[in-house]
Amino acid sequence: MSAVVTEHDDHHDHGPEKGLLRWVFTTNHKDIGTLYLVFALAMFFVGGTMALIIRSELFQPGMQFVEPQFFNSMTTMHALVMVFGAVMPAFVGLANWMIPMMIGAPDMALPRMNNMSFWVLVAGVLLLASTLFMEGGAPASGWTLYPPLVLQTGNALPFAIFSVHLLGISSIMGAINIIATIFNMRAPGMTLMKMPLFVWTWLITAFLLIAVMPVFAGGVTMLLTDKFFDTSFFDAAGGGDPVLYQHIFWFFGHPEVYIMILPTFGVASTIIPVFARKPLFGYSSMVIATIGIAFLSFIVWSHHMFTVGMPMAGELYFMYATMMIAIPTGVKIFNWTATMWKGSMTFETPMLFSIAFVVLFTLGGFTGLMMALAPLDFQYHDTYFIVAHFHYTLVPASIFILQAAAYYWLPKWTGHMYNEKLAQLHFWLSAISVNILFFPQHFLGLAGMPRRIPDYAVQFADWNMISSIGAFIYGFSQLIFLYIVIQTIRQGTGEKVTDEVWEDAKKHGLEWHLPSPPPYHTFTTPPKVIPTEHI
Amino acid sequence: MSTSGNYYIPHKATWPVMVTIGLLLMLVGFANHLNGSTIGSTLMVLGLMVFLLMLAGWFTLQAIESESGMYNTQVGVSYRMGMMWFIFSEIMFFAVFFGTLWYTRNLVVPWLGGIGDGPGRSSHELWQSFEAMWPTNGPGEVGGDFEPMGAWGIPFFNTLILLTSGITCTWAHHGLLAKNRDQLLKGLMATVGLGFLFVSLQAFEYYEAYHDMGLTLGSGIYGSTFFMLTGFHGFHVCVGAIILSVVLFRSWKGHFTPENHFAFEAAAWYWHFVDVVWLGLFVFVYML
Repeated sequence: MSAVVTEHDDHHDHGPEKGLLRWVFTTNHKDIGTLYLVFALAMFFVGGTMALIIRSELFQPGMQFVEPQFFNSMTTMHALVMVFGAVMPAFVGLANWMIPMMIGAPDMALPRMNNMSFWVLVAGVLLLASTLFMEGGAPASGWTLYPPLVLQTGNALPFAIFSVHLLGISSIMGAINIIATIFNMRAPGMTLMKMPLFVWTWLITAFLLIAVMPVFAGGVTMLLTDKFFDTSFFDAAGGGDPVLYQHIFWFFGHPEVYIMILPTFGVASTIIPVFARKPLFGYSSMVIATIGIAFLSFIVWSHHMFTVGMPMAGELYFMYATMMIAIPTGVKIFNWTATMWKGSMTFETPMLFSIAFVVLFTLGGFTGLMMALAPLDFQYHDTYFIVAHFHYTLVPASIFILQAAAYYWLPKWTGHMYNEKLAQLHFWLSAISVNILFFPQHFLGLAGMPRRIPDYAVQFADWNMISSIGAFIYGFSQLIFLYIVIQTIRQGTGEKVTDEVWEDAKKHGLEWHLPSPPPYHTFTTPPKVIPTEHI
Repeated sequence: MSTSGNYYIPHKATWPVMVTIGLLLMLVGFANHLNGSTIGSTLMVLGLMVFLLMLAGWFTLQAIESESGMYNTQVGVSYRMGMMWFIFSEIMFFAVFFGTLWYTRNLVVPWLGGIGDGPGRSSHELWQSFEAMWPTNGPGEVGGDFEPMGAWGIPFFNTLILLTSGITCTWAHHGLLAKNRDQLLKGLMATVGLGFLFVSLQAFEYYEAYHDMGLTLGSGIYGSTFFMLTGFHGFHVCVGAIILSVVLFRSWKGHFTPENHFAFEAAAWYWHFVDVVWLGLFVFVYML
């Protein structure tokens, strides 16, 4: 390869640096992708441990293991770690690994900034994690950090706020990089409407990130000044309003949930056609639906605040606008189903996870539609029903698809095949236990059990116990995943994988034209063949 | 900027990690300082110094690489896209504070005063004597009596300064494109000078607000929105003026050609962005 003009001829054909510092100073998209993915996997277990602490406490009514304050810290930190430490970085990791290989680019457009966005993420998560050991404990206000409650946080408050700033900076830098890569680095012939859907969904996601992360940063900055610099943004005595914070937060927060789900859609749209051995059904409608969902995400935020006290016109507007999201999402669900229709399907682990995603995400979508109805939401608001809803859209959706992606691309990344039998065991354990874990929470919510409490009325005991049992099965099943990943990286099953790994995968994406594992630098000269089977 | 050659990919980046360490140190210091720790401010200054030094190192490296012709046209496009989207993120950041001003002024304060049937109606029950008006420091008269900032003194003068600096900046750009070194340097010097003049005048305005008008960051919602919006803008003017100073220094060193001057363009875009934000501030914070 020759990545550099004349002065750096000695860099021809060079591989990675030796030693650990390779990972600190790397600008290589594959290295940085690996860093993101490993970091996200570690955080998945950290956040998961917090979830198990929550479920242990809720196993029975009464106080068992932890103080209420610590319990609330756990719900808050579990959410923040999972959202900002696990799901988002994992998708950025996939983007780093796959986007250049999918569009025929030599690397990401801005490699030095790529390095910085990863390390700023680590710095942000370190700040957040440090709050666990501070006087007054970690933030315990819920991940939404609503004032005035969050302003009662002890020493942790400024650390949590600066952590949000750092995570925001990291996300914005990563997003800018992804947009510049997609717009500027495509191989000749790779037109926008020939891009794999994973690339498309990330393009839209990156736009959402740049648009809303600064909004969240601004909101928490006002929390900081309200606490330490005498401002009155969220204080009615000074002419401010705590509800203003909720508007700011959810103007960020609603697009944020789509930031976690759009790349999920992208990976599902990449995997399903390969194992159905058919082109993706309705490629352009998928693109348009993605753009539609992204647009709607900006104009529905107050459906998180139906019960806060809004004028009637506001309730109605946000209710109808929210229900419209079901249209582009429905388009996607039907497209995936139509892709599988009459396909010669096989059921390797990536496909199993993808099918489970389509089914279970639909369920999560329907409960979302129920809560979009403002009058009904007065019943569901802040109960376990909402907890069940968003976990259905995150765990059997984002997490399942992330694991599908790992199974799908690990053979490409490492050149080793994973253990299919163990992987299927991991799938079935996960798919069954995730339902034992979250399905009963619907009943709890409908019966009126509030969220974010360490203790509850005796009538909720049975379903909580079942849910906790599901949680432990699900949590410990993930150790199988960890084992499979490590084993695959080391030597796998010993079976040498081909370039395309999956039958006829070459028709579906550029990455399958590269060797497995791909060389350290790929596509230093743009590829000639552009596969179009995914269209 | 050469159009041939492969896309430049650096192979080992030391500066970004160092910048991150500086940033982290600075924020840890600031957070400790806010919690009342005595070493906080020392850490913060140390972090800031590391941050700035490492940033300077990074940008120096970029300048050297650019001057040695390592960036082809495609690299230039990446940088331009990066800058544009960065400015977009900044627009969204300011949008929060403009949105806050709009929301509190047009919705919260009237609700607190008992107008309409919004969520603030219940707050009105607590402060029944409060009458909605703007500017206000709220029903609790937080921060005591104050005098609002007028538009036609320093702020108006500052508007003229910034608009003029936008013109001098464009004049410098024309000089660069016409290979007129004299015009480039003079235009940039004028822009940087006007930028710092703006900041000095704003500092004076703040001094007057605090000492003569009783207007502080703690003066209820008016003081909060006033200082937050103008403060963040002033900070951005400082950053913009520093960027332009670097561009001025590089121009003086003979960098930039009519075909290859991304740093100049980025600085100019940033400056115009700061300019436009000020126009918004002048209308919504000072005039209305």
